Amino acid sequence: MRKKLQRTEELFFLLLMKLSVAIILCVVCVIVFTVFYKGLPSLSWEMLTQTSRGGYYFGKGGGVLNAIVGSLYLAFGATLLALIIGLPVAMLLNIHLKKYKRLVNSIRFLLDVLWGIPSIVYGAFGFSIMVLIGLKTSLLAGIITVAMLILPIMIRAMDEVLKEVPAGLLQASLSLGSNKPQTAFMVYMRQCSSAIITAIMVSFGRAIGDTAAVLFTTGYTDNVPTSLLQPSATLPLSIFFQLSSPIPEVQSRAYASATILTILILAISVLSRMLSNKYNKNKIS
Amino acid sequence: MILLRQEKITSAFMYLFLGIIILLPFILILGLVVKSGSVLQDNSLSELLFSAEWKPFQGKFGFSTFIYSSILVTLLAALMAVPLCILTAIYLTYYAKRSYLNIIQPVIDILAGIPSIIYGVWGILIVVPLTSKYVAPFFGIESTGYSVFAGAVVLAIMIIPFILNILLEIFKSISKELPEASIALGATKWQTIKFVVMRKALAGIISSVVFGLSRAFGETIAVLMVVGNVAQIPKDIFQPGYPLPALIANNFGEMLSIPGYESALMFAALILLVIVMIFNLAAKWLIARYESKVTI
Repeated sequence: MRKKLQRTEELFFLLLMKLSVAIILCVVCVIVFTVFYKGLPSLSWEMLTQTSRGGYYFGKGGGVLNAIVGSLYLAFGATLLALIIGLPVAMLLNIHLKKYKRLVNSIRFLLDVLWGIPSIVYGAFGFSIMVLIGLKTSLLAGIITVAMLILPIMIRAMDEVLKEVPAGLLQASLSLGSNKPQTAFMVYMRQCSSAIITAIMVSFGRAIGDTAAVLFTTGYTDNVPTSLLQPSATLPLSIFFQLSSPIPEVQSRAYASATILTILILAISVLSRMLSNKYNKNKIS
Repeated sequence: MILLRQEKITSAFMYLFLGIIILLPFILILGLVVKSGSVLQDNSLSELLFSAEWKPFQGKFGFSTFIYSSILVTLLAALMAVPLCILTAIYLTYYAKRSYLNIIQPVIDILAGIPSIIYGVWGILIVVPLTSKYVAPFFGIESTGYSVFAGAVVLAIMIIPFILNILLEIFKSISKELPEASIALGATKWQTIKFVVMRKALAGIISSVVFGLSRAFGETIAVLMVVGNVAQIPKDIFQPGYPLPALIANNFGEMLSIPGYESALMFAALILLVIVMIFNLAAKWLIARYESKVTI
C-alpha cells in the first residue's frame, strides 16, 4: 500500500515536471508566433527602406529605417567600445593575475554585481553624467551608457572560457619567449576565438534590444544620424512610441517593428552559433 | 628593447581598463548619491521610503506606493516562475534523455535573448486581454487587464531563463555518488530527489531565486507596458500598480521642469541599485556557503 502511494506521488510529480517543460516550450512558441502573426501582415518594404516622415505617428507614410539604422549604429558602437575595454580585462584576469586567486575572484564578484544592476539605473546614471559634462542626448551618450551595461556581460562570458584554458598553454607560450600581452592577444585569442565571438554576439543582442538605458540618453529623431553627437532613434523605443499611439494603423506598425527586432535577435543567435562552430577549429585541445 | 616597451605599454593599458571597471560600481553609487542629495536634504530618509504622499509639485516625494508595487510584482513573478523552473530543472537533469537537454538549451537561450520590449508587446497582445477576459472574472473581479497580475506574468516568463540556467548548473554540480548511494540503499528515484538532492541543493536553489528576484526588481519596459501605472496601493492583484523602474522611465521627460523632481527620480534609481545589490550579495553569500558544503 505504501509502495503504491509512493509510486503515485512520483508519477504525480513526473507529470508536473513534464507539464512545466511543456509550459516553457509553449510560451516561447506563443511569444514568437504572436509577434510574427501580428507583425508580418503589416511588414512592408516601405517600413524597412524609408525613414519616418512627418506625421508618421499619426498614420502617415514612411518607415522605421531611422530606428533600424540607429539601433545598429548604437549596438555596433557599444559592442566595439565594450570589446576594447573588456577583452584586455578578461585576458588580464586570466594571464597577469592568474596567481592571485582571491583578487581575481573578488573582481569576478564585482562584475557579477555590475551585471545585476538594472539597465534603467545605468540609464539614469548615464543621463546624470551627460548633464554633468554638458552632452545632449546623442548617439555617443547612448553608446557609452549601453557599453557600461554590456561590459560585465561580455567580460564574464569571455572569462568563463578563458579560465578553462590549460595552464600549460600559458607556460609554453612564455617559455618560447613571448611576453604576457603577446600571449594574450595572439595565443589565447586564437584558442578562445569561438568563445570571444559568442560573447560579442550575446552583448550585441543585449545592446540592440535594450530600451531602458537608451530612453534617457539617445533621444529620438526621424532622421538617420550622421554624427555621433546627433540624437538617434532606436528600434525598441520606436516600437514603444508607435504602440502608445491610439491609431490602430500605427499600432500594427509597432507589431511590424517588433517582428523586425525579433528577426534581428534570432538572426544574431543563429549567426553566433554558426560562427562559434566555425572558429572552434582553431582550438588546440 | 622595443618589445619590452611595447609589453609595458600594453600591460599598462590593460591595468587601466581594469581600474575603470573596478571603479565603475563605486562611481555609480557615488553619482546617484550626489544627484539625490537635494531631495535627501529636503526630506528625511524615512519620509521618502515610508510616506505614500507623491506630490512632485509641492516637493513631496513618498516612494512607499512604488516600492510596495515593485515588491508585489516581483514576489508574484517569483511565485509563478520558481516552481516551474525547479520542476523543469529536475526533469531535465534526472529524468529526461541527454538529447532532450540539447533541444531545450537553445530554447532557453532564445527566451533569454528576447528583448524586454518584445515581452511587453506580447504582454499587451496576450496577457492583458486574457487577464481582463478570463483570469480576473474567474476570481469574480473586474479588471482592465493592465494590472499587477499581468506585470507579474510577463516578469515571470522573463526571469525563467535566468533561474533555470542557474538551477541546471547547480543540479549538474551535485556529485553523482550521493544519489547513487541513496538508490543503492533502496530509496526510489523520487525519494532520492526529494530527500537527498533537494536538501543538498537547497542553498543553491534559494540563491537562484534571489538572483531571479533581483532581475525582476529592476525590469522596466516590459512591466511598464502592462502594469497600468497608477500611483496607488493596489487592493488586489488585478488592479494596476506602479513599480519603481516604471516611475523613473515614465517621468524622465518632465523631470527637468519641476525642481527637485530629477533628484527624486535619481533617488528612486539609487533605491533600485541598493536593493538589487543587497539581493546579489545575499545570493552570492548563499552560493559560497553552498559550494563549501557541496563536496562531501
